[in-house]
Amino acid sequence: MKTARLVAVLVIAAIALGSVVGGFLPRFDYARQDRDQIDAGPSSAHWLGTDSLGRDRFARLLHGTRVSLLLAPAAAALSMLLALAVGAASGLAGGFAERSAKATIDLVLSIPWLFLLLMVRALLPLNTSPALSAVVTFTVLGVLGWAAPARILQAHASRLRQSQFMLLGCASGITRGRLLWRQMLPNLRPVLLAQFWISVPIFILAEANLSLLGLGVAEPLPSLGSLLREMETVLSLGGDFCRLAALLVLVAVVSSLQIAVSHKEAY
Amino acid sequence: MVRSISRRCILAALTILAGGFISATLVRYAPGFGSDERQLDARLSSESLAAIRNETADERGIATYYAGYWRRVWHGDLGTSRSLNRPVRELLAERVGVTCRLGGKAMLSAWLAAALLVCASSLGRAPALSLAATVFSGALLCLPAGGLALLSVILNAPGWLALSLILFPKIHRYLSNLSAATNNMAHIITAKAKGLAAWRILFWHVFPVIRREVLALAGVSVGLAISAAIPVEALCGIPGIGQLAWQSALARDLPLLINLSVLVIAGVTLANSGADLLAEAREART
Repeated sequence: MKTARLVAVLVIAAIALGSVVGGFLPRFDYARQDRDQIDAGPSSAHWLGTDSLGRDRFARLLHGTRVSLLLAPAAAALSMLLALAVGAASGLAGGFAERSAKATIDLVLSIPWLFLLLMVRALLPLNTSPALSAVVTFTVLGVLGWAAPARILQAHASRLRQSQFMLLGCASGITRGRLLWRQMLPNLRPVLLAQFWISVPIFILAEANLSLLGLGVAEPLPSLGSLLREMETVLSLGGDFCRLAALLVLVAVVSSLQIAVSHKEAY
Repeated sequence: MVRSISRRCILAALTILAGGFISATLVRYAPGFGSDERQLDARLSSESLAAIRNETADERGIATYYAGYWRRVWHGDLGTSRSLNRPVRELLAERVGVTCRLGGKAMLSAWLAAALLVCASSLGRAPALSLAATVFSGALLCLPAGGLALLSVILNAPGWLALSLILFPKIHRYLSNLSAATNNMAHIITAKAKGLAAWRILFWHVFPVIRREVLALAGVSVGLAISAAIPVEALCGIPGIGQLAWQSALARDLPLLINLSVLVIAGVTLANSGADLLAEAREART
């Protein structure tokens, strides 16, 4: 398992490094059009060919990967913050707060995630700048993805509240805030980290789904999801390398999943 | 049992009411609510623009709108879709059957494939088959639902197959984890040590233990199917509830969206409650 985790970390690190470094090179401009090379195959000028607007596929892949790999963890972090605020706080408080939070979490979980996501994303302004659309998409993911981690955090916080060291802390007169900060949070950290790593690939996939439905990151800014839309023309253009974008999603997500699973197992 | 059924019915009704209200509130308070692309038409007079703006005037107060919605539902009126200009009832009646057939086929095939693979791995004690199934389901888990739908369009495969492939890895993962955990239980290890046949262990000792969890998963998989049906129907051009949800979300059609939310939440809640009740009934009998 350790080897698999190491390989996964190396793969994801290589992809992340390549996308960050490559994305800054002027050679790889994702929006520049080469109008003489529409839907061209791979060449020394365009390593993965060009798309239907003459844009370099490799450059778009680098930028798309960077967008997804930067914003998905940010969305997961936002989601974890919300989950911590709702789940851990109510788990620590217990009683009515815990019951109401649990009912709210169950309610949110009863609405299918993609349906909710689609509904909220579609209702946000669609005529925003590409960069803002990327931020909006991942913020929506972060804001709506808190319920499942909150439920797990709440269960752990509730168990911790009833543990002997917490009871001893209460009996010793330690304040609630200090108990939360010094005792509860360090004990919740492994669960929080595991949930974070589980959320990252989920958010990458969710963004891909939204992009495929035309509600993700706006053109010309690429993301791993928006690059998948080019798959529609795979057969008509025979031997199209844009498939690689989908493959990259697969590798990134598998690696992240591996990391998350091995991390979860470590605790 | 009657008490349990009535408690669950009340809970389900409350969940549907509250879920519908959450959806309506999210839609109403979204920044883009009330904006209509017709307002961008320079040929329209100020009176026409005002009339377009007034079309959503009755939807401004969400509490009154939602209360009015349930009052109308009580009389059998689900309202009229603003974007499609047709009664919502008619639209739902046309499309529910399509989604049910698609979801039914997909769930049946996904459950059959997952159960058969888990049973075969468990009975045959074939690590290669188990590994292959795990790798296959792992690979499918890494693909977005929309990607699988698009692949089915490219390969001319039916939509239900795409939906089935989206559901399969989740069901298979859970079933195989459940089976592995049960196989490590003391009574199963004893049964194996005593030389009981593998099929006998599976059907007489493993299944009764995991029945409740399997029924719960069956309930959950309905929600998964509804969720996954949106990209599948939208991208494969299947005129079902998923496609309608996508169209209504893009058109910001509040009456249609609320009805769809209530329908979807009702489907998920009833499936989960039904699975729980079934498990309780089985336990009460044994």
